[in-house]
Amino acid sequence: MWQALRETIHAKGAELITVGLDTLGAEGCAPAIQASGAKHPALIDTHHQMANLFGVVNIPQAIWINEQGVIVRPAESAPPPPVPGDAAPPPTGLDALPERMQQIMVEASQIQSDPETYHAALMDWIDRGDESDFALSEAEVVARSRPQSDDRARGHAHFELASEAARQGQKDLAIKHFRAAHALVPDSWTFRRQAWSLESVDAAGPFARFWQGPHPDHPETWPYDGDWLSDIRAEGPANYYDPFSGE
Amino acid sequence: MLTHTTHLSKADIQAHTGWEIKPEGACQGDWCLPLSIDETDAGYEVHALAQALHMPLVEEPALGLKALGPSVIAGHALASAKAPDLALPDLDGNIVRLSHFLGQKVVLYAWAPY
Repeated sequence: MWQALRETIHAKGAELITVGLDTLGAEGCAPAIQASGAKHPALIDTHHQMANLFGVVNIPQAIWINEQGVIVRPAESAPPPPVPGDAAPPPTGLDALPERMQQIMVEASQIQSDPETYHAALMDWIDRGDESDFALSEAEVVARSRPQSDDRARGHAHFELASEAARQGQKDLAIKHFRAAHALVPDSWTFRRQAWSLESVDAAGPFARFWQGPHPDHPETWPYDGDWLSDIRAEGPANYYDPFSGE
Repeated sequence: MLTHTTHLSKADIQAHTGWEIKPEGACQGDWCLPLSIDETDAGYEVHALAQALHMPLVEEPALGLKALGPSVIAGHALASAKAPDLALPDLDGNIVRLSHFLGQKVVLYAWAPY
C-alpha cells in the first residue's frame, strides 16, 4: 500500500525511507519488505534508534525532512494512505480465529486515525515545500518533538540493553531490561509491543508476533505486567494514536 | 547507543547519538553544548561523556555493555530541527545514511512487523 504513495512522491522528487523497528532485525522485517516489492530504501533498526534520535513511541509514525536535511514535522502518527472508495467491509471468518485474536481485532477496529487529513497535508508539503502551512518552523519542530526526561532517557538505555540481550539469546536479561524500560517509559507502545512480540506462545500459531500476551493455559508464565489487550482496554483504543496536530 | 569500550571516538558519538563534536562543543545543527572534557588518544571516556552530555548511562556487566541513553539537555527529543545523520543497514546489510538524500524531500517512516 505504500508503493503507490512512494511512486507518487518519487515522481515529484521526494523519497520514502521506511525503517523497521525490530529486535529480530532483517529476519523479522524481511517478509513484509519483500512482499511489498519495495523499491525505496527499507532500513532495519534493531535497537530502536528512531526512538533515541527522533522520539518515536508508536508505529506507524513519520518524520518529514526537507531538501536541506531540516526536519519540518517531528515524529507523529502517520496512518497508511486512505483506501479509495468505500471503507472495506468488516473482516469475516473471525470465529475461526483463537479467542484472543478475535478480541484483539475488536479493539483494533476501534483505533481511530484520519488518513485523509494526514495524506492531504503530506501531499501539500510534497507539492509546496516550505510554502506549505504544514511545514513547521525550526523552533516549532523542536517544541513539538517529544518531551524528554531523566526517566525516559534511562528507559531508552535499558531498552537497547534489552534488545541486545534478546539478540544474544539472554532471555532473562532481556526481560529484566525490557521491564525497566516499560516502567520508565510507560507511554511507549513500541517498547512494550517489541518485548511482547518476542514471547513465543504456541497457542498463537500464525499470529505469533501479534499475540503479545499470556498463554491461555499458563498465564502465570507471562513475564510482563501488561499485554496488548489489557493495555489497550485500559488506555482506550481511541487514544492509541494522537490526532494529527496540523499547522 | 551501546558500547563495550571505555572510550568513544567523535565518529562513533556522531554516528550513534546524533551529537557532532566541534570546537564549539557537542552540537546538533547550530545548537551546541560547550564540552568541558578532554579528548584523549583513545577518545572520550564514556562516564565523563555521559555526564557532560546529560545522558544516562546504564551498565550491564553480564553483557559487557554500557548503554548511553539520549541526552535530556534540550528537554525534548530534538535539540535542533537539523536531522541527525541516521545510519542503518538495509536488508543486505549495506549501511544507508540519511545524508545521502540531501537535495530530496524525505518521508522517514517507522513501522514494525508486530
